[in-house]
Amino acid sequence: MSKTIQEINEKIKKGSAVVVTAEEIIDIVRKKGAKKAASEVDVVTTGTFGPMCSSGAYFNLGHTKPRIKIGGGTCTLNDVPCYTGFAAVDVILGATAMPDYDQRNSIYPGSFKYGGAHVIEELVAGKAVKLSATAYGTDCYPRKSVETMVYLADMNEAVLFDPRNCYQNYNVAVNCSDKVIYTYMGRLLPRIGNANYCSAGQLSPLLNDPLYKTIGIGTRIFLGGGQGYVSWQGTQHNPNVKRSDNGVPRMGSGTLAVMGDLKQMSPEWLRGASMTGYGVTLTVGIGVPIPILNEEIVQYTAVRDEEIFAQVIDYSKNYPEVIPGSVAEVNYAQLKSGSITLEGRQVPTGGLSSYVCAQKIAATLKKWIVDKKFYLSEPAALLPSVDSGISVKLMADRPVKK
Amino acid sequence: MPKKRVVLTFPPSLVSQPVTYHLVKDYDLMVNILRGVVTPNEESGLVVELSGAKHALEGGMKYLSETGIHVQPLGQDIKWHEDKCTHCTACIPACPTQALTVDRESMEVSFEKDKCIACELCIQICPYRALEIQF
Repeated sequence: MSKTIQEINEKIKKGSAVVVTAEEIIDIVRKKGAKKAASEVDVVTTGTFGPMCSSGAYFNLGHTKPRIKIGGGTCTLNDVPCYTGFAAVDVILGATAMPDYDQRNSIYPGSFKYGGAHVIEELVAGKAVKLSATAYGTDCYPRKSVETMVYLADMNEAVLFDPRNCYQNYNVAVNCSDKVIYTYMGRLLPRIGNANYCSAGQLSPLLNDPLYKTIGIGTRIFLGGGQGYVSWQGTQHNPNVKRSDNGVPRMGSGTLAVMGDLKQMSPEWLRGASMTGYGVTLTVGIGVPIPILNEEIVQYTAVRDEEIFAQVIDYSKNYPEVIPGSVAEVNYAQLKSGSITLEGRQVPTGGLSSYVCAQKIAATLKKWIVDKKFYLSEPAALLPSVDSGISVKLMADRPVKK
Repeated sequence: MPKKRVVLTFPPSLVSQPVTYHLVKDYDLMVNILRGVVTPNEESGLVVELSGAKHALEGGMKYLSETGIHVQPLGQDIKWHEDKCTHCTACIPACPTQALTVDRESMEVSFEKDKCIACELCIQICPYRALEIQF
């Protein structure tokens, strides 16, 4: 028996839709079988809360009186530079941007206390942020500088836009060298002293729809505590990788580009993060509803941590030098147990993606749907899948014409 | 044997005093130095575990404060801001004394002050600055 998204929305409207989280569906499918589960359950909710550098926000700041053309000039928010290559008062702030005076890694390892991600978090928390801008002045935009305090509520538009988020699976990072290294996967101790992973595993959105059969462009989602949308496949979307029989990729694979109204969001689900020795990043809460259209879809959502495998990669050599090869393959049940066995010994594991928060997001999205505050959307187009021929390329290193 | 874990902060004028010697010889205390930063002519600090008879501990503590050393229980040294913690578990492998632990069923992180030796290894690991050193 199959259902349509329209039929599921009718059930949500009537208050009869059955909504469960990606954790709860595991036992339902195990006990009742996929066929019965597919007919009984209408929506499975997922969640993830991990750091993602490819995050940012764009703002329309409102025109000054007299007008200023910040486009082509400079603009900072709490001293963090924004990109100004747009119209007069449209700017973009990236999560990893930081003040010019930040010492970066010149005193190693840098602490990266404050950057674009923190500005976004503070704006969403309703705090005042210092805006400083300069311009060259034109006949129609004569003003050459402005310095003021701004609030999120002042802005005409404030949109969270992540060109890439929601990674479908990810590397487990280790350090095979004999000195400590600081990475975006955290501090890695020498001689495989620890192993860090970053995925919500069985709760993660794209691991519950491994072949992108329901999630597509226009899918309405939980984003940062508000309702947002999938706007495209994410950058570095890489569907053509090694997969298990259940369709689940055994390494980083698909990604989503997402966007939503920042004014709806909450600082609980948008958190500035400082990775020592690496930089600033933004931790974003995302939850995607999976419509249970048929038996096949429900079977995908029943995936368990022990069925999801990830590659253990050496971040002292293989990752930076782009050398293929993994130290080992482990599953998320092992990673979440607190230690994995590598080269015959126990190695402690640490997470970067919060499972507790992923659970909360999946539960919140479930409640929204049950309370009729959230309806499913039909994707306008599905994401490129394994048959798309897409694979991620490296940058070409060519001689530059002088 | 009763034990106390304390943070001792020395003003620059007291850095040259043989404080641990007096604690051992005059009060018969076992002094286990957990951490220390001692720089001549600068404010310096020691994190110590003192063990001995109850009256000896009391005497030792009295001596320390009369000497002008600021004594503070160790548990106050590292503060875990639960509201900032996302329970990501990044700090867990770094903690040498299991003061930071995870309930593997719920995946929730918790912090037991009594087990913390204020080594600060967790401080630079937490992306959300949920762990803070308090002097």
